[in-house]
Amino acid sequence: MMNEELYKLTQLPVPPSGGGGGFRQRGLTKRIIPCLDIKDGRTVKGTNFVDLRDAGDPVELGAFYAQQGADELVFLDITATVEKRKTLSELVNRIAHHINIPFTVGGGISSVEDVSVLLQNGADKISVNSSAFKRPELVCELEKEFGSQCVVLAIDTKKEEDGEWYVYLNGGRLKTGVKCFDWAKQAVELGAGEILLTSMNHDGTKQGFALDITSKLADALPVPVIASGGGGTMQHFVDVFEAGRADAGLAASIFHFKEVGIPELKRYLREKGINVRI
Amino acid sequence: MVLTIIKYNAGNIQSVLYALERIGVSAVVTDDHEQIKAADKVIFPGVGEASSAMRYLKERGLDEVLKNLTQPVLGVCLGMQLMCRYSEENETECLGIFDEPVKKFSPPAGKNAESPRLKIPQIGWNNIYNLQSTLFTNVPEESYCYFVHGYYAALGEHTTGTTDYVQPYSSALHKNNFYGVQFHPEKSAGVGERILKNFIELV
Repeated sequence: MMNEELYKLTQLPVPPSGGGGGFRQRGLTKRIIPCLDIKDGRTVKGTNFVDLRDAGDPVELGAFYAQQGADELVFLDITATVEKRKTLSELVNRIAHHINIPFTVGGGISSVEDVSVLLQNGADKISVNSSAFKRPELVCELEKEFGSQCVVLAIDTKKEEDGEWYVYLNGGRLKTGVKCFDWAKQAVELGAGEILLTSMNHDGTKQGFALDITSKLADALPVPVIASGGGGTMQHFVDVFEAGRADAGLAASIFHFKEVGIPELKRYLREKGINVRI
Repeated sequence: MVLTIIKYNAGNIQSVLYALERIGVSAVVTDDHEQIKAADKVIFPGVGEASSAMRYLKERGLDEVLKNLTQPVLGVCLGMQLMCRYSEENETECLGIFDEPVKKFSPPAGKNAESPRLKIPQIGWNNIYNLQSTLFTNVPEESYCYFVHGYYAALGEHTTGTTDYVQPYSSALHKNNFYGVQFHPEKSAGVGERILKNFIELV
């Protein structure tokens, strides 16, 4: 069994022409994950990708991010009606045909059957949120049927005046009395393989990620934590990987509106000594 | 060329099929012994648990078929682990093509409490290095590939690619006509497509 000294020995200097400066290190990298909101098979938020033929097409936008160096993609379906669910499975099938990096599909998933359809159409992982909170056995059922590696538990959380982080449901509209940490811990015990943590206090502010709750989960849980909400600058990603100890950082609008480009973000992270895939 | 993908109770077959489609190759998914034996090349994919997968293969006689294939065979992820001798995952006797044992990731002894908590399974992108197989033609040293696994094949005489997580381990194995990769080439962007193409082009 090797020890941690080995990691130091395997740090590889990157020649200046390699771009980005800093050191390329061996080992598991931190992940950058753009999130695409989908409604009725189309991306929702307006984007200013003039170089895309159709930025409203999730497949084209996703392929663009993959080519830019995104490590994974999350497609979050906010379609309200059950009838439109078929549109989602067709979309997932099209994504799976065209995109050569892993992707997660979330939104409105509440049964083994829902997940089975999405995985059969080529999704790598699925994320569950309110449905799992309301019926925690769902996490267990999904883990048994498909393995924890494809079960991502999404939590929307908000820090209240008492200084504690609580779980919110239904897209942040419904408060629960349950603490975020307790639910995350329980869900991992039930079989969740990753936690996608969104801070409602930070989401949309571009003032940085919620470092305290992210690091609390990342330090305590044996599964990766994906931090979401608040990423506005490249330095915010440095902070969430260092102080927040997140395994992955997720953002939407800063990528969609080209406020931060994935290639420049990754170069910046490497310069700051954070191990990323370039 | 006829390429078959072994059909059994371990997932991700669709993803492999789609990745092959992207590089212009069609494949037949089957558990039919004669079809598998007659193929020019065979892919043995897999995401799942070792003991139930081995039980499934044995019940259908696929273990003997696999071991005796003489055409190029590529095991992916669990597929590669099942081609090893033994897996610590539920103490499973595997196919024994590769001598390397499959072990569970565990934190290094004397781990500093302040260092980040070790996440198991390993999920994400990691480097492959010391590449020593025709499977890696035109694949640069230190290329990044996508991994999802809680168990790993130890280093050994059949190691043709190495990756570091907790310690260095076999991210690729090769013996005679048998190839194995721990990562998912079907999800590893351009690098993965290159590796799949190399397998298809093996003579």
